[in-house]
Amino acid sequence: MVDFDVVDLPDVDHPEVGDTVPDFTRPLVDEEFWENVALSDLYADGPVLLVFHPMDGAFPATYIWNEIRDREWQERLEVVGVSVSSPYEHKTLIEERGIDSRLYSDPGAGVAEQFGIDWELDGMEGVREPWPAVFLVDTEGTIRYAWVASEWPDFPEYDEVETAIADHV
Amino acid sequence: MSDPAITLYRLQACPFCERVVRVLQDNDIPYRSRFVEPMHADRNVVKRISGKRTVPAIVDENTGVTMSESANIVDYLEATYVEGDGVSA
Repeated sequence: MVDFDVVDLPDVDHPEVGDTVPDFTRPLVDEEFWENVALSDLYADGPVLLVFHPMDGAFPATYIWNEIRDREWQERLEVVGVSVSSPYEHKTLIEERGIDSRLYSDPGAGVAEQFGIDWELDGMEGVREPWPAVFLVDTEGTIRYAWVASEWPDFPEYDEVETAIADHV
Repeated sequence: MSDPAITLYRLQACPFCERVVRVLQDNDIPYRSRFVEPMHADRNVVKRISGKRTVPAIVDENTGVTMSESANIVDYLEATYVEGDGVSA
């Protein structure tokens, strides 16, 4: 992307393909309301693509959701986001960017921590958020595809994700 | 995990909503919360279920009742779940 070194993220112990996905409950926000929803309740109904992204308002959040919309993944499976933004910010993002997915609100980055992908942002003391990451979860809760950023900034390997969706959904 | 029969549409920090929550909690009545926005115009989901945009509003799948206004809701909950021969939750 650029001809200089960006920040390398350290290797982390995140869930891998074949692992059972960590379960969590957080407010899940759509264009109308939010309520507590467990991830396990979502994948019980069908495969889920879980997309961790930087906080709403940062440009990667918009770029990632634009790309997902253009690829129409939401027509093939449940795609849900996770960021540290509040439900109010999620509602604004959903409205202003025309997002067809529901977004988990995880202000304490506890979900990111469960997945081993939380980090403190440089220059934002006390603010932790997840690295960009994508997990494809089947109806048993088994991870079928996993991608975690290795540098910052970084964006999902969209073509790889698309192949994984074609293989497993 | 089965969903509770009662869904409470609420606004964060709304005293009328908290009044309903207190009755639900004091009587161990299972419920789930759906939070909506402060802006009335953004509460279409509440309008759809209850006919108006005010909160609190509840939907009770045990009885098929949908209701607004905290005083009405409190009366309903106490009559249905607290004062004997109510529907089991």
